[in-house]
Amino acid sequence: MKSVNLYIWAACLFAAQFSYAQFDNLQLGTVTGNIESTFQYYQPDSVINAQVPPEKGALNSFANINYRNSFFKAGVRFESYLPVLLGYPQRFKGSGLGYRYAGYSSKSLEVTVGNFYDQFGSGMVFRSFEERQLGIDNAMDGVHLKYRPYKGIELTGLIGKQRFEFDSRLVDGQGIVRGINGEVDFRSLFPVLDSIGLQITAGGSFVSKFQKDQNTQLVLPENVAAYSGRLKVDYKDFFISGEYVLKENDPSQDNGYIYKNGYGVLINAGYSQKGFGILFQAKSIDNMSFRSDRSAGLTDLQVNFLPALTKTHTYNLAATLYPYATIPNGEIAYQTDVMYTIPKGSLIGGKYGTKINMNFSTAYDIKRNTIENDSFLRGYSSTPFGMNSDSLFFRDFNIEISRKFNKKLFVNLVYYNQAFNASANIVAQTLGYIYTNIAVVDVTYKLSKKHSLRGELQGLWTKQDKGDWATIVLEYTISPHWTFGFIDQWNYGNDLLAQRVHYLLGSFSYITGSTRFMLNVGKQRAGIFCVGGICRQVPASNGFTFSFTHSF
Amino acid sequence: MKRLAAFFALLFVVSTSFAQEKLPNVILKDINGNSVNLSELSNNGKPIVINFWATWCAPCKRELNTIHDLYEDWKEETGVKIYAISVDDQRTVDKVKPYTNAQGWEYEVLLDTNGDLKRAIGVNNVPFTLLLDGKGNIVWKHNNYNPGDENELYEKIVKLSAE
Repeated sequence: MKSVNLYIWAACLFAAQFSYAQFDNLQLGTVTGNIESTFQYYQPDSVINAQVPPEKGALNSFANINYRNSFFKAGVRFESYLPVLLGYPQRFKGSGLGYRYAGYSSKSLEVTVGNFYDQFGSGMVFRSFEERQLGIDNAMDGVHLKYRPYKGIELTGLIGKQRFEFDSRLVDGQGIVRGINGEVDFRSLFPVLDSIGLQITAGGSFVSKFQKDQNTQLVLPENVAAYSGRLKVDYKDFFISGEYVLKENDPSQDNGYIYKNGYGVLINAGYSQKGFGILFQAKSIDNMSFRSDRSAGLTDLQVNFLPALTKTHTYNLAATLYPYATIPNGEIAYQTDVMYTIPKGSLIGGKYGTKINMNFSTAYDIKRNTIENDSFLRGYSSTPFGMNSDSLFFRDFNIEISRKFNKKLFVNLVYYNQAFNASANIVAQTLGYIYTNIAVVDVTYKLSKKHSLRGELQGLWTKQDKGDWATIVLEYTISPHWTFGFIDQWNYGNDLLAQRVHYLLGSFSYITGSTRFMLNVGKQRAGIFCVGGICRQVPASNGFTFSFTHSF
Repeated sequence: MKRLAAFFALLFVVSTSFAQEKLPNVILKDINGNSVNLSELSNNGKPIVINFWATWCAPCKRELNTIHDLYEDWKEETGVKIYAISVDDQRTVDKVKPYTNAQGWEYEVLLDTNGDLKRAIGVNNVPFTLLLDGKGNIVWKHNNYNPGDENELYEKIVKLSAE
């Protein structure tokens, strides 16, 4: 039924376009979007415990179509899971519309009805977003208004339910989310600030969710509000910003149904000039899981987003074996980044300059104080940045040095030293601490104007969990169309001899403009797959994957 | 399956037959906190390159660092202007300003933290490059980066600026 509607819709657009094709200057508006289709064929492999669905093959497809002319905008996303790929939420099934909206958009007013994404401040109070590669999508479904009454002032109001799952169509969760947000950009209001190099932005939000209380034993708050205030000051090369969020008591599955307020504090400060940058971040959160359904789990129906203060790594042994994720029930985290370019032409800098990136991050559990006679079931009390210093969740020190030696040779070296608390973040089959040292050598050599060869050698050394790993990557590219890749991840230090497996994967891709075809053949290890620092578990698999993406 | 195929075929027809695409009316912040409306970008009739990237994306950084070494020449020869649109989300967005300054980049760097521009353009993955002619029409889109791809981009820029 839904897809029939879509056909009619698309056919009308097409007919409209066709009949006006002669009138070149007529504003017909534009259509943009993308198509993505991934097919995976699974083969059994008992050594790596590869899963095979009964269908043996799985296909995920998406098509986003956005239409806009001067003021009007509308769009849909067609989704199809025949069946869903392993590692995605397995309750996604069938084909149909997973997202649709229509609206009006001018310079001062934007109205959207249907699905929309937005974020207030750092997202600790509200963020709806999609990370398609991970199967995360908490799109709002309702009404969204953005109004700019005066240059530098922006007001947002929204109400809606959240996308929960997909069953041949979009299925929303039960709860309703409502929010208002205001942002003021003082430099736009007072241009004089520009002349002294000062920029101040301030904002505040109110977000509330409603869900019926159907619990027979507890009296649960049906409306839960959260407030946030934030300020950012940029002065010449310095900046400092902070946000504070308070969430009223919100008994939920996540916090064990306690009637305690939650809070979050986030502070950033940085300085940068040409060739040098430094950033310091601090975060303290307590009881900040905020969902539109108090019994939801995993990444479902989250109203807010709690960023992890760790570096998002790109090399696979560092990125996907023991990545840290925020612990919403309570965490104190710090992070520092120092980035420096040794100037080009200097003795150490070389012809093109040498780049150094250092990063240190750490996270601890909060200190929970017991409450005497806890008649309101508050659970415990805590103070911002009051941490339990023998409860390390995560620590990561890493340094990356990259240098272009000449027009042909580029080398990147990285070293990581990490401590990961597997009892707090369950990603491994062991508990307790996993201490790792990781080293990466990444060399790119340009054979000619179009041909290049890239090689990566990675090693991970640990006495815990699955022991030592090595990874070799070879990639041959012919610009602008072809890539031939080979990767071997070898668990050579596993205590179990039978598990000292080579995970071999061959890949091939062809790109032309915004179209890409990709074929992967081989084994994928079970682990964490991350995009931009958000991760999901993927099961081990053996077989091949074919994917096609196109943007228009 | 048949319907799916028919649908995709229709999509192609629709997408190729519409009017010239321009940048949408989307407002993003730059790294100094100033608001920029993408539909109002202009470069005095010269081409504009829009490059989507992220601090966690290795090929993106490789591409922008490669072009960084060539940018002076490109500007001189064609007058091109490059906008680097960071799709970093809240977790890494605060690293963008110190990072780009430390690299010494001279691009205009904008923050698409909520993905508004990414969605409006139909970007699948980063790196993703758009080339705009002097009138603001999007004339070329490219996904991914392999060493040497900068030559293909530059050839297209030269062709545009000669028109």
